[in-house]
Amino acid sequence: MTQLTREQARPSLPRVPALAVFEYHLIGYRRTWRAGVFSSFLLPTLAVLGFGVGVGAYIDRGVGGVSYLEWIVGGLLASTALQVAVGESTWPVFGNLQWTKIYFAQRSAPLRVNDIVAGHLAFVLFRVLTSIVAFLLVTGVLGALRSPWAVLALPVAALLTLAVAAPGFAYAAVVDTDSWLAMLSRFAVIPMTLFAGVFFPVESLPLVLRWVAYATPLWHAVDLCRAAVLGVAPQWSVAGHLCYLAVWAAAGWLLARRAFARKLVV
Amino acid sequence: MAPPLIQARGLVKRFGDFTAVDGIDVQVRAGEAFGFLGPNGAGKSSTMRMVGCISPPSSGELRILGMDPVRDGPAIRARLGVCPQLDNLDPELTVRENLTTYARYFGIPRRVARARATELLDFVQLSERADSKVEPLSGGMKRRLTIARALVNEPDIVLLDEPTTGLDPQARHLVWERLFRLKQQGVTLVLTTHYMDEAEQLCDRLVVMDGGRIVAEGSPRALIERHSTREVVELRFAAESQEAFAGKLDGVGERVEVLPDRILVYVPDGDAAVAEVAALGLEPVNVLVRRSSLEDVFLHLTGRTLVD
Ligand SMILES: Nc1ncnc2c1ncn2[C@@H]1O[C@H](COP(=O)(O)OP(=O)(O)O)[C@@H](O)[C@H]1O
Ligand SMILES: [Mg+2]
Repeated sequence: MTQLTREQARPSLPRVPALAVFEYHLIGYRRTWRAGVFSSFLLPTLAVLGFGVGVGAYIDRGVGGVSYLEWIVGGLLASTALQVAVGESTWPVFGNLQWTKIYFAQRSAPLRVNDIVAGHLAFVLFRVLTSIVAFLLVTGVLGALRSPWAVLALPVAALLTLAVAAPGFAYAAVVDTDSWLAMLSRFAVIPMTLFAGVFFPVESLPLVLRWVAYATPLWHAVDLCRAAVLGVAPQWSVAGHLCYLAVWAAAGWLLARRAFARKLVV
Repeated sequence: MAPPLIQARGLVKRFGDFTAVDGIDVQVRAGEAFGFLGPNGAGKSSTMRMVGCISPPSSGELRILGMDPVRDGPAIRARLGVCPQLDNLDPELTVRENLTTYARYFGIPRRVARARATELLDFVQLSERADSKVEPLSGGMKRRLTIARALVNEPDIVLLDEPTTGLDPQARHLVWERLFRLKQQGVTLVLTTHYMDEAEQLCDRLVVMDGGRIVAEGSPRALIERHSTREVVELRFAAESQEAFAGKLDGVGERVEVLPDRILVYVPDGDAAVAEVAALGLEPVNVLVRRSSLEDVFLHLTGRTLVD
């Protein structure tokens, strides 16, 4: 090729480099999505059967005037978002740094650390939102959603994702062995799921534990999702919830960026 | 003369208290095949990462394509092709997808990326494996794919960190042959190696690195002429220690190096020296006459062998 045509053929940089990173993660997902889709429909179906028909039969008073199934669906939505967000932001991040070294390959391209983090985070967001759409479809069809406001669970799930996945990225980038990832699930995700108001109201907890529940990002998403699904106002102010989750997301973003830079810029 | 593509002056890389690259001066010009030859730990990869604009220099001056690697990192990297020491391909994606997804990081449109991938897979002789996953590929195939990935943006400079380390001889020759082809096309190559034969075959000019410093610079031929004799006689004696025999070789050749398993005698004429050794009444179990190589240059400059 002559110098001139070479100049012409030379690529300009991507306008939004993080989008190219997002696209890369999507192409990897294309190979595995089928297995994932099945479980994202199975889980809400089982939940409706188990909690609505099974557990619900023992709680005939319902909770606060609605059936147990209708009450718990909002909580399960939020906890599903949490599970997917944490799962997608820990093991894959750890693997990309320690095993496949994918992030290092991306680093040699004209991407900045921010683009690498943002592109992967966008993919986590995509994974959570598709799971939540499936959840809403199943529970909607089975008649477990009381209000069309339930669609507001989507933006809430998105914010919860950023609030837990961004710190998750930072955590997975800082730890040096994968046993720390299992610990995160054992000591953060499972207790949060059990005590942050998914299965029973936090008001049933002793005062100290209640405040621990309030401190978790999950409880704020649970309260918002439940309110959306039931079509009622949440217990706390909407703005308060959103701000609290946004603080987690912003702090997580800063920590993730720093942790990634420590690993990728040496 | 055109300005150098890579210009380093007093370039330093420190990790905590440890100095991995200790003030090196390097210039690489367009169209050159330039090498860093040195043993493990010499600081070759640290240098390559600074040149690749992923590792900020600790001090000194570095200009790549006339730009500052710290300030203009993405703009420089857009015009570099990087083949790191350890392959970091995506094992889950296909061979082709590894190229097309990487091309997108450079803003290359999908259609162009696909055409480019086809072309490059042909170049590195992987067309038949285009749609298979990367994981089961042999080491040599993965290496060639990494080289193809480094070419996806039609780079001005290709950086290759130990391109054939760990490959069997046949796979090495295939990689060399491809790199040689690139060199003929006028692509600027910068490579590191601890194989003297690789450096001799591929590099127009190289620096010999040891302990973070440059100990010599020049073309392979010039380095050998300057730092070694034309020929080398390798003598192996049947004793435990070769050292005892070294003293008896006084007067033979210009210089003698004693290695654990053999003695190297540096001479202008190997056959004449072998005759001298026989005249001294010495009876080595093994005698080999060969031409000097970069290995001998390194041994002379540092007192150590390149590969141990
Ligand atoms: N990230 C790092 N942190 C600490 N020490 C490092 C790091 N990278 C390289 N080194 C050290 O710097 C020296 C030079 O390493 P390297 O540049 O990889 O040499 P080479 O590529 O020539 O084998 C080695 O002693 C190595 O242990
Ligand atoms: Mg190295």
